[in-house]
Amino acid sequence: MATKASRSAARIMMAPAVVLLLGWMLIPLSLTVIFSFKKFLPLRGDRITDRGEGFGDFMWEYVRGFPTLDWVGFENFSRFVGSSSFWPSVWTTLVIVGGVLAITVVLGILLSLLLDQPMWGQGVVRILVIAPFFVMPTVSALVWKNMFMDPVNGLFAHLWRFFGAEPVAWLSEASMGSIVMIVSWQWLPFATLILLTAIQSLDSEQLEAAEMDGAGPLQRFGHIILPHLGRAITIVILIQTIFLLSIFAEIFVTTGGAFGTRTLTYLIFQRVLESQNVGLGSAGGVYAIILANIVAIFLMRIVGKNLDA
Amino acid sequence: MGRIQLKDVTKSFGDVQVIPPLNLTIEDGEFTVFVGPSGCGKSTLLRLIAGLEDITSGVIEINGEDATDVVPARRGLAMVFQSYALYPHMSVRKNIAFPLRMAKMGQDEIDKRVTAAAEVLNLTDYLDRRPGQLSGGQRQRVAIGRAIVREPAAFLFDEPLSNLDAALRVGMRMEISELHKKLDTTMIYVTHDQVEAMTMADKIVVLQAGNIEQVGSPLELYQRPRNTFVAGFIGSPKMNLISGAEAAKYDAATIGIRPEHIDLSETEGPWKGVVGVSEHLGSDTFFHIQCDFSDEPLTVRASGELTLEYGATVHLTPRAEYLHRFDAEGLRIE
Amino acid sequence: MARAVTTKRKTLTTALAWAIGLLIFFPILWTILTSFKTEAQAIANPPIFLNFDWTLENYAIVQERSDYMRFLWNSVILAGGSTLLGIIIAVPAAWSMAFVPSKRTKDILLWMLSTKMLPAVGVLYPIYLLFIELGLLDSRAGLVIVLMLINLPIIVWMLYTYFREIPGEILEAARMDGATLKEELLYILTPMAIPGIASTVLLNFILAWNEAFWTLNLTAVDAAPLTAFIASYSSPEGLFFAKLSAASTMAIAPILILGWFSQKQLVRGLTFGAVK
Repeated sequence: MATKASRSAARIMMAPAVVLLLGWMLIPLSLTVIFSFKKFLPLRGDRITDRGEGFGDFMWEYVRGFPTLDWVGFENFSRFVGSSSFWPSVWTTLVIVGGVLAITVVLGILLSLLLDQPMWGQGVVRILVIAPFFVMPTVSALVWKNMFMDPVNGLFAHLWRFFGAEPVAWLSEASMGSIVMIVSWQWLPFATLILLTAIQSLDSEQLEAAEMDGAGPLQRFGHIILPHLGRAITIVILIQTIFLLSIFAEIFVTTGGAFGTRTLTYLIFQRVLESQNVGLGSAGGVYAIILANIVAIFLMRIVGKNLDA
Repeated sequence: MGRIQLKDVTKSFGDVQVIPPLNLTIEDGEFTVFVGPSGCGKSTLLRLIAGLEDITSGVIEINGEDATDVVPARRGLAMVFQSYALYPHMSVRKNIAFPLRMAKMGQDEIDKRVTAAAEVLNLTDYLDRRPGQLSGGQRQRVAIGRAIVREPAAFLFDEPLSNLDAALRVGMRMEISELHKKLDTTMIYVTHDQVEAMTMADKIVVLQAGNIEQVGSPLELYQRPRNTFVAGFIGSPKMNLISGAEAAKYDAATIGIRPEHIDLSETEGPWKGVVGVSEHLGSDTFFHIQCDFSDEPLTVRASGELTLEYGATVHLTPRAEYLHRFDAEGLRIE
Repeated sequence: MARAVTTKRKTLTTALAWAIGLLIFFPILWTILTSFKTEAQAIANPPIFLNFDWTLENYAIVQERSDYMRFLWNSVILAGGSTLLGIIIAVPAAWSMAFVPSKRTKDILLWMLSTKMLPAVGVLYPIYLLFIELGLLDSRAGLVIVLMLINLPIIVWMLYTYFREIPGEILEAARMDGATLKEELLYILTPMAIPGIASTVLLNFILAWNEAFWTLNLTAVDAAPLTAFIASYSSPEGLFFAKLSAASTMAIAPILILGWFSQKQLVRGLTFGAVK
């Protein structure tokens, strides 16, 4: 509902954001796709241009599809999947994502129910619970790794010795559990905060009506609160999945991908930057993009529905 | 000067035509009310005149000049919105001064005009408050103040009273009418409330589905409705509309008779009916009487003193000189 | 209507909630405490909770050794610059979508969201390569742009949901009052949306501050922010708990404080307006 003049103004004002994001999406994406079909090992002398080094030359080669690099068809894709580290990395990714989701959603529901109750100092407790979310990933990884999980001087080691147990070398002996724990600690506030907001939007008259109808606390939870939370839980799961699929710093800082903690993201990172096998890594990147998009479609459906309301 | 002319104006949203070709002239100084049920296109029509929407085809002239492609700000019109649309972050003074500031008027002139407007509207004591600190009626007055400082060619009001409570509404109705008398400027007023239309307008435009059903003075519309829609819409309580065999006796598809034009008798009269609900207003009493020839009960006005038992049988006599006759298309038969 | 709750029950809930809250907060608390200990006390067994010799020595050493201020300054520039740039680009876009919606508005919004979901690692090498070609590797300018781009969808979305709560009639009133588009944005929309814009700025500053994929992979020395500074402590020679704690505290303190202010807006921003 507007005039032609305001509509054309709107188009102009939207343009910078749209053009920038379009460029941000299409250029790197197309490069990844091109490289995934190429043999590209910079350390073995593969160069994307045999002339100068300027950006103009780069764009020229880009437009021509980087003729100095050999096309290898789907070889990178099959090699990436066929490598001995692929399936373990998929498994690791699934365990981390699944484990963190399960922990944060279940604890998040319990915690948000608790925080919704009347109590003294609710605001302060809320702040305490939310705080981990604001800690940068490298800091939380480092703090957990050294000050808590260090097998000699870590707080857990002290605690274990106090009870007469042998301290555990957490990040090497129970690496997966440790990482799931660290990441859950970071994401529990997010789940709690969103679920708490959702609970608070529940009309208390609904609960009172259910109580009048003879529903006990458990029934009220099962029949009124949980269904009301359904959408918020879905959103928590989807958004966390997107972020968890690409956790990086936590692994980079703690294990560096050792002890069976190499996720798909980390595997691609190693292929691309550590061993500089760009073609192989790019093929992995394409897989990761497809995987993320599958999750994204579900999330967008929900968010999109909300737009109409 | 504020003569507004609409020539073959149409408006479509996508494939849906909400205003079919429409012609209308609003004379300088006239208080014109657009009235109709919700969704009849009256607000859209106002927004077309304001320039907040483009017209799909046709021409809008303001004072004889083509204003079709002129931006809202340059049409010389001021608008009072349903929600008042006050700027919440500005004081009342700044709100009223805003259009003058936009016109790059000198500060002295702005102060003078704002002071004058505040006096007219009894807002002098509130000039430094924020809109959030005002009552509904005061907000309404600020919105009007913002409109009058510009000394526009015409004022546009979009259901300005619908957010006020009933008592305040009557007061503001008077104030707006008073303002019109004082300023003698063209005003176009949109409402769904036919009481507002009847009490304020020089000229009423009745709209339905984007079509003009009738244009005329309040009394013209009341006394000589052009069709059954206008007949049923104007007047409260509504005109009784009867179709079928009883109407055929008068050579019409439908006949209409207002509640005050039916005489009530316990003993004789051509229409026999049973008394249903009675509404005692003190000055008048409205009886709803179920007659055998009509599905709907007829509404009959009687003096405030009269009471009738629920279920009692009565006789009704319509006054022939006030009977309206309509043909099969619903148009008035003279 | 809230119902009266027995004091006994309220006391129980309070105790439980505080216990859990402190448990969750404990790692942060412990880090802050340790930062004021000597290295020997930091690893003492049994651990010392409060009665240690409070010292600021660690902070001084960290600053001296690693030039903490330089990393801090980089973090401020990267987070602040990318947020500011993002807001400047996003305000007009969000205005368009909120007040002049077209049939495609919804698609554009969802598409913007989808770019946020592109896994960073999938485009790591291309961006790395482009940065080399453009001479942007380890430059603040390059990272400001990247951080702006990854957060732009969130900024547009947050502003969009805030703008949608501003009644369109107010902007139309401004138009009727003779305001040009620029004046409408400057005098009416922006002042009215200040609370929304402020929370958007806050949340995006936090997200940019904590971003730890691009900042780790695209910086080396000159443009490295606090995320990279902290990551450098993961090497074994940096393993001194008290200094590690001091460095960590300095890296998270500013953002913890900002974060507490933004907690209400956090939900809306992180769920793209789907939960309010």
